[in-house]
Amino acid sequence: MDFLSYLISGISLGSIYAIIALGYTMVYGIAKMLNFAHGDVIMVGGYMSFMATTHFGWPPLLSVLFAMAVCTLLGIVIEQLAYKPLRSAPALAVLITAIGVSYFLQNAALLIWSANPKSFSSVVFLEALRLFDGRLIISGTTIVTIIVCLVIILILNTIVNKTKVGRAMRAVSEDKDAAQLMGVNVNKTISITFAIGSALAAIAGVLLCSAYPILMPTTGAMPGIKAFTAAVFGGIGSIPGAFLGGILLGIIEILGKAYISTQLSDAIVFAVLIIILLVKPTGLLGKKVLVKV
Amino acid sequence: MLNVNGLQVFYGNIHAIKDVSFYVEEGEIVTLIGANGAGKSTILNTISGLIRPTVGTIEFLGQSILNLSPHKVVRKRLVQCPEGRRLFLQMSVKENLEMGAYTREENDIEAEMADVYRRFPILDERRNQLAGSLSGGEQQMLAMGRAMMAKPTLLMLDEPSMGLAPLLVEQIFELIVELNDSGTTILLVEQNAQMALSIADRGYVLETGSIVTTGNCADLLNDEELRKAYLGG
Repeated sequence: MDFLSYLISGISLGSIYAIIALGYTMVYGIAKMLNFAHGDVIMVGGYMSFMATTHFGWPPLLSVLFAMAVCTLLGIVIEQLAYKPLRSAPALAVLITAIGVSYFLQNAALLIWSANPKSFSSVVFLEALRLFDGRLIISGTTIVTIIVCLVIILILNTIVNKTKVGRAMRAVSEDKDAAQLMGVNVNKTISITFAIGSALAAIAGVLLCSAYPILMPTTGAMPGIKAFTAAVFGGIGSIPGAFLGGILLGIIEILGKAYISTQLSDAIVFAVLIIILLVKPTGLLGKKVLVKV
Repeated sequence: MLNVNGLQVFYGNIHAIKDVSFYVEEGEIVTLIGANGAGKSTILNTISGLIRPTVGTIEFLGQSILNLSPHKVVRKRLVQCPEGRRLFLQMSVKENLEMGAYTREENDIEAEMADVYRRFPILDERRNQLAGSLSGGEQQMLAMGRAMMAKPTLLMLDEPSMGLAPLLVEQIFELIVELNDSGTTILLVEQNAQMALSIADRGYVLETGSIVTTGNCADLLNDEELRKAYLGG
């Protein structure tokens, strides 16, 4: 029964990683850049939801929508100000800029909200599920997190595979110039991608803080890195890969904590990444590009 | 219809296009021929807005399109079918055709889609297959079909015969003539000068970024020097 309980916690944590990893992977797939500030957008989402509930007294659902709106806007602004001018710059310049944005967001949060941790109250008010005569208890937050992640995956999959915007995204991802020659506005497509990724980051932030209710300016940093790992693990650029990578990473982390060592759990997570990349450098579901002449 | 005047393009320090001027009239097939590296693709990409020229003017239907982004140029129905086809290999045949019609209303493209499938039954058969799984010839058909989906007024074709078997080359050139007959103006870039000159009205010969000869195709085909340089004697 313990194992089952750990497994479910792992899937729940993994769901959060998956939601964050989706943002990383979509932005990478389309703009071909690693947005290392993505993790800090999660933190901003957490603070927005926190402010909305504790300072403005808004209901939880509204606070989530507020966090999503602010983060969407933040994502677009970051892209326009920091990354768009570097569209034809070397990848390293963009990477360093992204790290700069990350530090900027963390320090801005430090100025606004100080380093004191805020205790976040969960936005989920769902009764815990008691199974097997109460021997297995699944918290409401856990249930909601998993369901939200599944819904997000379904929606994203539909957008990317079935809509015109999604087709444009895939076209830009595969061949930016050819997409332009079809009439796709690449800048707009990249903006939309950042908007979607940042809205997801806000949701992830709220879920993360609901499960682990301590909110600090560095709250997003570690989950951000882990989700990035998850995206690489699953195959960066691949949406199903981000989902699979996130879930697996969450399970490995929780089981590692439970059965091996709490201190070593992060090391285990990253060791698994290294092993996977040695065996399959494109990640679990990474695409091989086939070219025919 | 298309007027290019005094075009100069630099790639860093390389003077890729040196003062090129040419025009295309409505209803014509005009061809730019020249060896590899003469700057043919650069000219098309500059017209499409992918490359910014240093000096020069480009007018389409009486309006300057010089500083338009590529996606806006397409909306003027000035469409390029790029060199090397540049299909979306991880998308299906049908999705590639839909991408070709990206600038158009989605429920307005059935007629063209049917037309493309009628011309290329093999694409109809493989409509749900990935473009990357098609043979080279089929990919060229798809590239042509994708360009047709945009309903171009002026279609710029960059080396449509590249890497194709002679029979397929003929089929592609027949299609170009048919498209032209049905009202599409064509700007054709080719290394296969013989073929290009045989279907075009006028031609321009490009050498290292400059136009060296121009004229009616009949005259160009009889030009002694040109025969030696491009048409194999």
